[in-house]
Amino acid sequence: MEASPRIDGVVKVPVQSSTAANVIELNNVSRRYGSFEAVRGVSFSVAKGELFALLGTNGAGKTSTVEVVEGLSRPSSGEVRVLGHDPYTERALVRPRIGIMLQEAGFAGDLTVVETMRMWAGTASRPRPVPEVMAAVALEHKASTQVKQLSGGERRRLDLALALLGSPEVLFLDEPTTGLDPESRRNTWQLIRGMLAEGTTVLLTTHYLEEAEELADRLAIMHAGHIVAAGTVAEVVAAHPARITFQLPAGVAPEALPTLPGARSVHCDPTNGAVEIRTDALQESLAALLAWANPAGLVLPRLQARSASLEEAFLSVADGHMSLADPQTEKVSA
Amino acid sequence: MSTLSPSINRSSSINRSSVSRLSLRRIWGLGRAEFTLFWRNKTAVVNALVLPLVMVGAYAFYARDNESLTGNTSISVYILTGTVVFVLLLVVYYNLVTAYVARREELMLKRLRTGEAHDGEILAAGAMPAVVVALAQVVVAVGIGAALLDLPVPVNVVLLLVGLLGGIVVFVLLAAASTAFTSNVEFAQISTLPVLMVCAFGSGALIPFSALPDAAVQVLRFIPLAPVVELLQLGWVGGPDGVGFAEAFVQARKPVAILVGWIVFGWLAQRRWFRWEPRRS
Repeated sequence: MEASPRIDGVVKVPVQSSTAANVIELNNVSRRYGSFEAVRGVSFSVAKGELFALLGTNGAGKTSTVEVVEGLSRPSSGEVRVLGHDPYTERALVRPRIGIMLQEAGFAGDLTVVETMRMWAGTASRPRPVPEVMAAVALEHKASTQVKQLSGGERRRLDLALALLGSPEVLFLDEPTTGLDPESRRNTWQLIRGMLAEGTTVLLTTHYLEEAEELADRLAIMHAGHIVAAGTVAEVVAAHPARITFQLPAGVAPEALPTLPGARSVHCDPTNGAVEIRTDALQESLAALLAWANPAGLVLPRLQARSASLEEAFLSVADGHMSLADPQTEKVSA
Repeated sequence: MSTLSPSINRSSSINRSSVSRLSLRRIWGLGRAEFTLFWRNKTAVVNALVLPLVMVGAYAFYARDNESLTGNTSISVYILTGTVVFVLLLVVYYNLVTAYVARREELMLKRLRTGEAHDGEILAAGAMPAVVVALAQVVVAVGIGAALLDLPVPVNVVLLLVGLLGGIVVFVLLAAASTAFTSNVEFAQISTLPVLMVCAFGSGALIPFSALPDAAVQVLRFIPLAPVVELLQLGWVGGPDGVGFAEAFVQARKPVAILVGWIVFGWLAQRRWFRWEPRRS
């Protein structure tokens, strides 16, 4: 399910003309709270059956963006289309076809799991059978437990169950695995993959980069209301250097390190002798480093060589390495 | 956890015309859960079932010893009107302010708004237990009145129903609007006091308008519960003048207009001020 790369936001390409295959389309969407602009001209599109992940630090504007796509609030400017309709003004046409899992939504604590699910099924146009969905999120054994007695992870799974209950064509998952143990997280991923295989389109926000790497066909990284990087995981990562780290051997001065091909920077921490080399050509740099160390009989303690990862891309955004050359960014985010 | 089987009816199209209209099925889906929640909330049950009984009992003794207060109205009608007043104020108004605020604070309303149910359906479903209990109590009160207190045959049943149902609508809407200045469930005990006090003492049920100065009556006629009491007395015994069926309609024009005014106000107020999420601190 390789989607054609489309990088909006960073490169201001004219937004694609509306095609039937795009289930979600945002065109230059902004959202203001008073004088604070939480979302600033965000554009992206998600094709049918695709999982698009929105990443970003806290306060980057992920949830504000997703709320606009869900039709929970109106954008201050710009255009949103979900399944060809405006999710806010044509809510009645869109809602029956989407499922929403909010980052934070409550339950009536006195209702049991099965009562909560029946209630929700009673509002859905085409509900799946309650026992089937309850089994899918592994809550059958909790069917007659009151919601207030569930653990945090169980409540999160019930959240997911309600989002799935209406047989949605588009699924919005706002940090779906926060608070889950590793096993439940894997199970949730498996469930989401099943939905994708069935043709469901998913818009996911997450704090877990591993989750985005596992699931996302494409992703966007948001910072201060902008999309600062977008594309497939490989495309987003490609812009970032790989890293070699090791401990400077005893008796070797930092100046003695060789010049490595492709290296962007060499940094040695004077307090503990930790060396970090950032390079665009990991294999060549590493070969040159070993070609220098081996003949001299030098052992490089704790040697590690890592390709660029999503984590690296994400951290460089969070550190502001990649902030846009947009004067507005500096002005408002201060 | 397993994967879900492919949904069978995925491709079935959503019927365009049925989507936007108010759906009784959705209201019932939510309302059924509201009934369950109501019965599990012991405080709400006591407030709704026991409190009005106690109030009406006390009220009946008070009326019996103050026959002059009741004027033309027979004691049984006087007591029945009082029952409706307490039911509207305690079962519908107070109980619903508490229920709406509880759902808002536990982020339940926020969740419900992510689904297919419309705002009006969510509020209507939330009001279902209160409305059903209120109607049941009035029916029981009329039954007891007819069996034990030789309640007279009503002069105009239409006005009785207009007064009762209109009163329920007004106090459901006022309850929704009152959540705007009720930050949590505990505070509902205080935030509901202005409406409860003004309506209980100023509506002409507890203290008949005939016992009050004219100037005061001209003002009190306009409080939300007054037209309900006026319509009930008009419908049951033809009001203070004891008018007949047709004349009762003529005299009902003013209270009906005031009642409609409160319904419009309540509707606009809840549209304007009802919050679906807790205020962020």
